[in-house]
Amino acid sequence: MSATTAAWLVLAAPLAGTIVIGALFHRLGGRAAGWIGTAAIAVSFVFALITLAKVQQHAPGQRELTSTLWTIAGTTGVDARATILVDPLSVLMICVVAGVSTLIHLYSVSYLQGDRGYSRFFAYLNFFVFSMLLLVLAGNFLLLIVGWAFVGAASYMLISFWYRRTTATSAGMKAFVINVLGDIGLVLGTFFIFRHTHTFDLVASFHAAPHVFASGSGDVTAGCLLLLVGAFAKSAQIPLHTWLPDAMEGPTPVSALIHAATMVTAGVYLIARMHPLFQLAPAAGDVGAIIGALTLLIAGTIGLAATDLKRVIAYSTMSQIGYMIMGVSIGAYTAGLFHLMTHAFFKALLFMAAGSLISAMGAVQSLDRMSGLRRALPFTFASFLIGGLALTGVPPFSGFFSKDSILLFAAGRGGWHWALYVAGYLGAFLTGLYTFRMIFRAFLGEPCPEAVELIEHGHVFHPAAPVNPANGEVEDTDVGFPGPDHVIAERALPMRAAMSVLALLAIVGGIVSIPKTTSWLDHFLAPTFADSTLTSHSSNGLLYFGLILGAAISLASIAVAYVVWVARPGLAPAIAARLPRLTTLFENKWYFDEEIDALVVRPGAWFGRFAQNTFERVIVNGLLIGGSTGLVRAGSALVRGTQSGILRVYAGMMLVGIAGVGLYFLLQS
Amino acid sequence: MSTVIFFIAGLGAITGAIGVIALQNPLYSVLALVGHLISLAALFLLLRAEFVAAAQVIVYAGAVMVLYVFVVSYVGNDAAPVGQNPGRAATLGAFACGAALVVELFIAVLGSGLQAIGTDGAPYVAGFGSPEQIGRLLLTRFLAPFEIASYLLLVAAVGAVTLARRRGGLDQGIEGQPPTISVADLLRPRPLGTGTMAEAGGRVEVGDQ
Amino acid sequence: MTIGWYLAVSALIFAIGAGGVLVRRNPLVILLCLELMLNAANLALIGFSRMWGNGDGQIFALIVMVVAACEVTVGLGLIVAMHRRRLPIDVDEMRELQG
Repeated sequence: MSATTAAWLVLAAPLAGTIVIGALFHRLGGRAAGWIGTAAIAVSFVFALITLAKVQQHAPGQRELTSTLWTIAGTTGVDARATILVDPLSVLMICVVAGVSTLIHLYSVSYLQGDRGYSRFFAYLNFFVFSMLLLVLAGNFLLLIVGWAFVGAASYMLISFWYRRTTATSAGMKAFVINVLGDIGLVLGTFFIFRHTHTFDLVASFHAAPHVFASGSGDVTAGCLLLLVGAFAKSAQIPLHTWLPDAMEGPTPVSALIHAATMVTAGVYLIARMHPLFQLAPAAGDVGAIIGALTLLIAGTIGLAATDLKRVIAYSTMSQIGYMIMGVSIGAYTAGLFHLMTHAFFKALLFMAAGSLISAMGAVQSLDRMSGLRRALPFTFASFLIGGLALTGVPPFSGFFSKDSILLFAAGRGGWHWALYVAGYLGAFLTGLYTFRMIFRAFLGEPCPEAVELIEHGHVFHPAAPVNPANGEVEDTDVGFPGPDHVIAERALPMRAAMSVLALLAIVGGIVSIPKTTSWLDHFLAPTFADSTLTSHSSNGLLYFGLILGAAISLASIAVAYVVWVARPGLAPAIAARLPRLTTLFENKWYFDEEIDALVVRPGAWFGRFAQNTFERVIVNGLLIGGSTGLVRAGSALVRGTQSGILRVYAGMMLVGIAGVGLYFLLQS
Repeated sequence: MSTVIFFIAGLGAITGAIGVIALQNPLYSVLALVGHLISLAALFLLLRAEFVAAAQVIVYAGAVMVLYVFVVSYVGNDAAPVGQNPGRAATLGAFACGAALVVELFIAVLGSGLQAIGTDGAPYVAGFGSPEQIGRLLLTRFLAPFEIASYLLLVAAVGAVTLARRRGGLDQGIEGQPPTISVADLLRPRPLGTGTMAEAGGRVEVGDQ
Repeated sequence: MTIGWYLAVSALIFAIGAGGVLVRRNPLVILLCLELMLNAANLALIGFSRMWGNGDGQIFALIVMVVAACEVTVGLGLIVAMHRRRLPIDVDEMRELQG
């Protein structure tokens, strides 16, 4: 089979999984839906590997393969076809997406057992994987937009999975609305580009772009900026990031898959894929880099103050994606995608471990209540530690190499990109701080009551009544709310299996691109980015300096975290008391939610009320509808007056009529 | 001579017509109409339509008006107040209507350009208007209208009997429900005293009403 | 007198009958006015029959008389039925067609 056939099968497997689970969910008992879903994605991963092998069999210059299944609409000027593009970039993405998704499905088989919406979950999750694969395999703007929209819809469905929780449904709506904003940017950007290239096909657009756009021209810059809006919304960059922390209302596997490993990386993929266009619009690239840098710093600071476990990891995601966006905006495509891959591994691992930790705490997510769970949850602790070390960038874990290569490229570009270099290392220090704050607070120290129960009595803590961790409302365990089971990794083999694989990848994943030693990833992705005009020149000295600096900063941040949160427990509150304004700023997430509320939500609501009260009520209801019906009523009342029921009036009207007709004929003759 | 008779008959007809619409007591109106009909019969005779004139007097004035007299006596004048006069505006309106109609008809008839209107008519043929001519016409050229007219008379007779017979009707409905009839009511055998055909035919003793 | 005079009389009687229908409230009198109008038509028919010299108009007049008789029968039957049901014998009170 050819590479493109294998790619179509990659798409077909999750779609089949969704349809099967969706059609049969009444009949599927127990965990059958989970195994079917996992099997579907596993099949997809196998086909992804086959695609990888087949693509590598082509000569390096021949690795851009397209395949069209059917023509959607072939009118003049608009070429809408169902086309996929199989090249090293998309193959990398489908391998990462399908691989990590398989592991997360495996994890969810155990994690969500007992939930009344089990089958629905796997149907949605399979649909999400299908959408994401469609997005990265899309060969033209149309399918890209379709995949983009589907991914947003799947995210909405999965965030509001426990739909009887108002916090979850509000979060789902918030995510969807912000994503729609991004969709608008994406579509408008496509339009700006289509206007000149007159084709939706990606390969054809890229070939035509240098000829139809002058470098830095208005249209291509506008188009790329609008594409960036789409990327920022999907990848939760400032200022369209407010949905990501609230999206933690979804089940933990959802957070792991969508909001760490795959969907939020769609923005990174978009910029990397559209790199021929971005190279013609340097201003857009600069905007992307600056926003990425800002995000990684701001998110890092908020992560220092957050108390909800999943939110800390969410802000960490935001920060790391800031790195990736920064990387692909300045031209470090391979480095950015390398970081995407390693981040998928260790972030998914972190979320899975967080899920196990939350289960042990009886669905409580607040860091304030967790302490000393090291002996109670040894496997979870080990996973957290491995994930945290990889995230912080301690050598030889994978995160070290990937983060470093981005920053090296930034330094190599020279000029104002040195500011990005500095920001990147600052962010690395913050990363270490908040990650190990989380780990030390949760696992070291005196065991909390839930840990004691686990160690001494050996059973997982269950609260008296199920409670929504966000606002404390009492719930039940029927459909629409989480199920009654709290599964920890130490007791579930599927969870341990998935987490082990990810831990292994987090440790050794860096091997694909160790500087001066291996450059497998660079060679693999080279055919896609061969036409990149943004180059970086860095000396060996800078390379070694960066490596040593990165290692030093990560270790230093762990040491500082240890001192602040373990060795001297009173130090953290004391620092917070000395810097009250800064503390409040971080705790309130830099007031982004409030600003957006004031700038966008309130005017929108006011306008809606105005439209309702003035326009709708007065003009439409009163004038148009009331006016026209009033006219009709008046007319019919007038006519109704002739139906008096009095016989003589009728006779009179008859006579008048006859006389009139007679007069008419008389006059005629 | 015929002119004199014409004027007398014409005036009689018009006076009778005005009497019909002007007299308050319906019985007097009926009598005025009788006079009008007899004047019309005279006019018919002047036009040499003997049979029609005779039929007018015998059938119209003799039978139909007698029927009217019966009904007027039965209905009476006191049980049903005629009500106030229609009022100035309505009377004037009716007047205007009538006047307009007259003017129009005059114009239509007299200004129509038919030459023969200004004459005495076609030359007289012996036997014109005689029963023999009428009979021949009825049974040859106008056979179909003749038969249909007789059928119409039959229908009218049946209709009149149906309308005017006594029956326990809708004003004696079930308490609490609006008066309605259903198919079952129609199929049920009628109770006595409601004017069924059996009673009318004398087969069953008439009940008290 | 020429035929025109007879036709003039007929028109006058017709108009009087029409005015009577509009003015009177008693249904019996309205029926009488209807008779007036029919008779006016009859007169016109006979006049035209004389004008053309054939008997068609007279046959038609006879048929009109038959129809008038039928109509009177049914109309008077209606009035009798009204009287039976104690309804006012007044055309203005019979307003169920109103609206």
